[in-house]
Amino acid sequence: MLREIGFSSIDDLFAIVPEEYRLRRDLAIPRQMGEQEIVDHFKAAAAKNANGYASFLGAGVYRHYRPVIIDTIVQRGEFLTSYTPYQAEITQGTLQAIFEFQTMICELTGMDIANASMYDGSTACPEAAMMAMRVTGRDSVVVARTVHPEYREVMHTYAQHREAASGHITREVGYGSDGRVDLGALEAMVTEETACVLVQSPNFFGAIEDVAAVAEIAHRKGALLVVAIAEAISLGVVRPPLDADIVTMEAQSYGVAPSFGGPFCGVIAAKEKFVRQMPGRLVGETKDKHGRRGFVLTLSTREQHIRREKATSNICTNQALVALMATVFMTVYGKEGIRELALQNLAKADYAAKALGVQGRVLFGDVPRFNEFVLQTDETPEALQARLLDEKILGGVALRRWYPELGNATLWCATELTTREQIDRAASVLAYPAATAGVR
Amino acid sequence: MAENFVGSRKKITPHLTQNEGLSFEKSAPGRKAYRLAPLDVPEVDPRSLLGESCRSQSAELPQLSEIEIVRHFTRLSTWNYAIDLGMYPLGSCTMKYNPRVNELVSRLEGIADAHPYQLEALAQGSLEIMRLLQECLLEITGMEAITLQPAAGAHGEFTGILLARAFHQAKGNARKTVIVPDSAHGTNPATAAMCGYEVVNFKSNPQGGIDVEALAKAVTEETAALMLTNPSTIGVFEKEIHRIADILHAKGALLYMDGANMNALCGKTRPGDFGVDVMHLNLHKTFSTPHGGGGPGSGPVACRRILEPFLPAPVVERGSDGQLRLNYDRPQSVGRVRAFYGNFGMFVRALAYILANGPDGLRQTTEDAVLNANYIRAKLEDVYDLPYTTPSMHEVVFSDRRQTRNGVKTGDIAKRLIDYGFHPYTVSFPLIVPGALMIEPTESESREELDLFVDAMREIAREVEENPQVVLDAPHSTRVSRLDETTAARKPVLRWKKP
Repeated sequence: MLREIGFSSIDDLFAIVPEEYRLRRDLAIPRQMGEQEIVDHFKAAAAKNANGYASFLGAGVYRHYRPVIIDTIVQRGEFLTSYTPYQAEITQGTLQAIFEFQTMICELTGMDIANASMYDGSTACPEAAMMAMRVTGRDSVVVARTVHPEYREVMHTYAQHREAASGHITREVGYGSDGRVDLGALEAMVTEETACVLVQSPNFFGAIEDVAAVAEIAHRKGALLVVAIAEAISLGVVRPPLDADIVTMEAQSYGVAPSFGGPFCGVIAAKEKFVRQMPGRLVGETKDKHGRRGFVLTLSTREQHIRREKATSNICTNQALVALMATVFMTVYGKEGIRELALQNLAKADYAAKALGVQGRVLFGDVPRFNEFVLQTDETPEALQARLLDEKILGGVALRRWYPELGNATLWCATELTTREQIDRAASVLAYPAATAGVR
Repeated sequence: MAENFVGSRKKITPHLTQNEGLSFEKSAPGRKAYRLAPLDVPEVDPRSLLGESCRSQSAELPQLSEIEIVRHFTRLSTWNYAIDLGMYPLGSCTMKYNPRVNELVSRLEGIADAHPYQLEALAQGSLEIMRLLQECLLEITGMEAITLQPAAGAHGEFTGILLARAFHQAKGNARKTVIVPDSAHGTNPATAAMCGYEVVNFKSNPQGGIDVEALAKAVTEETAALMLTNPSTIGVFEKEIHRIADILHAKGALLYMDGANMNALCGKTRPGDFGVDVMHLNLHKTFSTPHGGGGPGSGPVACRRILEPFLPAPVVERGSDGQLRLNYDRPQSVGRVRAFYGNFGMFVRALAYILANGPDGLRQTTEDAVLNANYIRAKLEDVYDLPYTTPSMHEVVFSDRRQTRNGVKTGDIAKRLIDYGFHPYTVSFPLIVPGALMIEPTESESREELDLFVDAMREIAREVEENPQVVLDAPHSTRVSRLDETTAARKPVLRWKKP
């Protein structure tokens, strides 16, 4: 082959690379492995992780049952090994599936339009904030402290250069005694300069925000309301944020494995009038030259490959295959199932809060919540976790690193996968020192 | 359809595909594909728990049985082209084979179930995967520090330019501009703008590379960085790369390398050795993680030591006790660019690919990728115009100059390739080549597959001469043909609605 095209050696092919930059040695990486060795390598790694623990971890990543056919479908090579559907004639499968995804997201969130996905729930937040800035022509943002702390960190990262350059600011508004946005403080903070107010609901503490009240405050000053949703299963039973202008969502709960934090599936949904400011890909319905229905990527004049530095975002690759997982998940559960599933989560968390609340104290317990709650204990989270580990339980996430004012508080999550036996076992661990104290 | 062919179709035979509506259109009340375990705790009344916040109207999701859902998505899947079906010569996209062992290991229990907030002591396996992948990528790139956090290439660019900004800011001036060659991917200027920089569009020289003399004039004390793709988007190595780096460094500016084309370099030369300060990698290109119809990707950013203090938090470190941990104490960090640690599932796949190749395999991969591109170039340059005759690396860019004489453009040739059983090449990019045909075969293709591609391209060139209309009307063999994109954009229909 080489000789046929007029080269005498492989080195000739690389002649353009200046001699001094050619690597003349082997890369110092592990030697080539056989398939069996590769599997063993990762099995050994998996064995060093937690295995067989009862888990109460949530905080933005949720354990839900993944119906088997999700992987059956996404592992079909025609989906797995296909590229971005720019050539519509031979990517109708991907395009139609995304169109169904967009429709289902609209149905669930109550918004008019949804994009084909963003990287994740965290990056969808600053993208939505920038979208609000373009829509309003304003450049400051008010974000609730009850939004996932890592989402807020990402928002600050995206905003930092604007803060330096134009005085644009991302301000955080605190929470009240009920664990929800402090509406009085919010009212004082939103001004005619505010592009949007961003809250999460259910919020990081699991509490459902009073979205209508927040919307009223934002809209009165001409600001948009962005509602972030980190636990998408909540939409089966919690009223969608219809008062929002933009909804950002993490769809990981829809059939996507926790996978140590990714890949997940962010989404931005919005009112129709904001479509031209939407970042990311959109699929639209159209007809072909014979009048047959088909789907295409559309409104691409918003995007970087056409508009370059004037694009609505630099996003190119998104999370298409993960969005397909979510699409299959939503199709499997359907209209009835998503509600039934959400109800189970609600019931499990309610039972867990009551069971654990006997020894600990459930904070913000008076407001509606979905499948998470905050537990305050006299014991430090580390001491509690150490005792839980003896029972092979991963307890709630310690909140101190983000909310020092909450002391020993931990954030617990129960889903349909959490069993009553696990909850009772955790409750008995919690009760144990008290019981021993009593005996003494 | 046979009459639509001047040449012969060696690769394909048309066959039936199933029709399939939208899942919503097939839905019928009462059908279901799930069964939950019985609730083992007391039932709750959502109205009393949630009050006003209770959802009153269910979302109109489809209702289907399991077999209907499996058939629905299987039918849709058959309407897609895929690497698993054949060559996917999209230039700059590196559509190589996606090994299935990668899929298996990423789904192992313990790996797929790992929660990002589980105790570090119970996540040592995940952290070791990250650590080993980081070490391998640093060795491959010749760089000194790395973050795996960015979720895709463009996100990596964003992170890299933020690092550059933080670096300059720490010296007292964030600077104002980023230089982007006119041959660059659209993500480059879009990224620079997102990071608050003014984009200086820089014209390529007649060879499609950087005009070093002009660059020397363009770089000032206000230049934060040059974003350079190397090999360039026309598949050419910037042989004056070190002079370019020197010009930038003399003014305190940084050299950012878009690593989209790293598949031409792995194991043969290292960006860290030729003066690059910061770069991103696309694990979904060079390191074989699947494109999945548009994502997920993963865009690690590697840099020199001078930029290390600014990397996003947390970073993986080995403690004195030998345990791996996540260090959040990074006072100069640009901050997080994403929640958690990045697209971890892609790290697993990319590492599996690196282990399957080892040093010999990675070198051979690069050599085969470059050989395949040059083979296509040699076999087609007599029928398609080659605007840049500089030696090609992993991809080759032709133009439609000869074919436009018969009214046929690159987009038409691309659509015609579909009838021959291939996915089109990249159309009309890079922008510096009018009517570009950008072809990247990757190392995955055998000589037989390359010959079929060459044959198809030559047949199409002949059709353009003898019967251009057949090309202009292509594709003839697909379920739909030439969709109306104008109407789609003018009156967007972005969701299904009940009629």
